[in-house]
Amino acid sequence: MSDLTVAPVEVRGLARAFDGRTVLSDTDFDIARGEVVALIGASGSGKSTILRVLAGLDLGAEGSVRVPRRRAVVFQDHRLLPWKHVWANVVLGLDGAGRPQALAALAEVGLEHLADAYPATLSGGEAQRVALARALVREPDLLLLDEPFGALDALTRLNAQRLFADLCSRHRLSALLVTHDVEEALLLAHRVLLLDAGRIAAAVDVPRLDHWDRDSPSFVELHTRLLASLGVDHARSRPNA
Amino acid sequence: MSLLKTSLSTIDPALGPSLGAPAEPSAGRPAAASAGVATEQLALAGPRRRWRVSDQSWARAITPVALLAIWQLGGMIGFLPTRTLSSPASVARTFWDLASSGDLAAHLSASLRRSVTGLALGILGGLGLGVAAGLFKLGEKIVDPAMQMLRSVPMLALAPLFVIWFGIYERPKILLIALGTTYHIYVNVYGGIRNVDSRLVEAGVTLGLTRRGLLRHVIVPGALPQALIGLRLALASSWLLLVVAEQINTKEGLGALLDRGRTFMRTELIVVVLVVYAVLGILADVFVRWLERRALAWRRTFAGQ
Repeated sequence: MSDLTVAPVEVRGLARAFDGRTVLSDTDFDIARGEVVALIGASGSGKSTILRVLAGLDLGAEGSVRVPRRRAVVFQDHRLLPWKHVWANVVLGLDGAGRPQALAALAEVGLEHLADAYPATLSGGEAQRVALARALVREPDLLLLDEPFGALDALTRLNAQRLFADLCSRHRLSALLVTHDVEEALLLAHRVLLLDAGRIAAAVDVPRLDHWDRDSPSFVELHTRLLASLGVDHARSRPNA
Repeated sequence: MSLLKTSLSTIDPALGPSLGAPAEPSAGRPAAASAGVATEQLALAGPRRRWRVSDQSWARAITPVALLAIWQLGGMIGFLPTRTLSSPASVARTFWDLASSGDLAAHLSASLRRSVTGLALGILGGLGLGVAAGLFKLGEKIVDPAMQMLRSVPMLALAPLFVIWFGIYERPKILLIALGTTYHIYVNVYGGIRNVDSRLVEAGVTLGLTRRGLLRHVIVPGALPQALIGLRLALASSWLLLVVAEQINTKEGLGALLDRGRTFMRTELIVVVLVVYAVLGILADVFVRWLERRALAWRRTFAGQ
């Protein structure tokens, strides 16, 4: 894949209404190659609508949207087919890919040993990692994630987030991460778009600070500012502050 | 907690050991088990062993064996007059006579042929209609009302009409079974397709599955569990319909045998046929269960204790 100067994702004037009720209006943004953009906002702010439009699942929107042909989606629920073994789920719909490709992708998320299990026997975190492997094996030019870690318990979520950050930097993934977790957005994204009432209210570049140092002043400052714009106006209470 | 302790010790260091140390277990942790809380020792038995489960299979035999014993004894002491109901021994003798002369095989194969042919037609029809109604909204509008009407028509009432339409030989019998089984297959194939998780279909679309791929990988396997329930119901009702169908001018078949038993007041003959029906029903059920176990190995369902 040659280095393109054009952004792989270009969204101009995107609007969406359901039965006359506008959920999204006049939305513009780009995602550059290798950039992870987080979309945060309260529920009902139109985050998932944007993701569904970009995924090609919602063709009822208006405006102009250009996305890479090769894209993959990771949903909040894993959506693995329960009747297929894990490995067959990973390469489902991928022409010419078989078990070896599935095993390689599963190895990336550390789940090679579960290739022959059925999804019903996996834990929530494992299933979500399989879903991630299923997305990665497609070598997507755009990865769309709809609150992928939202249903995981706190410990599993931390590990999954780290895994995702690793995979992003290793594969130089372009990704759109929909989340309602400000901390997650700051940890994983290069840029955070704040969605409010169907519009992008703010775009914040996340400096390349040490991402995993949640106590660094710049992290705390950004965190507080984003929370404030989401309507949470008191400073975060921290145990040792 | 830590804040409390430090402030206490700064006020009076002498209070530290007397207040801090003994207070820790009683205030910080839940009270000890002996202090008024009813507890119980759980009877942990380790992992369940396989032989224990299969060992219980003898329990299935209790009820049939007991019933047989009561029946035989009842006949012997005159509680059940043999004119009303022949004893198990005489049923067994009749069964043996029929089986060894080849009569039973001839009747059985005649009945099986009707039932299997009718069922095959029913599956074909139900599958076609169910898929049409399940996959397409137009198909649903065209097919479903007619099928729901068909459901409430008693097949027994259709028999005379079928005789007028299709004569008195094989055709009305087979078609009666076909029509009666169609509905079970139809309603479960249709429902099975409509109950496929739309989120899985959506995931399939994002994975690049074509319409055919979706059908093959998502919709068919997703609809299969319920379709198999339909098959089980259809199998059962094909036996029931066989009895009805074989009331129509039948020389050969289980129904004919039943009819002969009635005409000559031979209750043992009737019982033999009933037993054959029951055994066939069990075999059909075992077959579908086997099919389900093979096709639905991915399911994790409650299996009873």
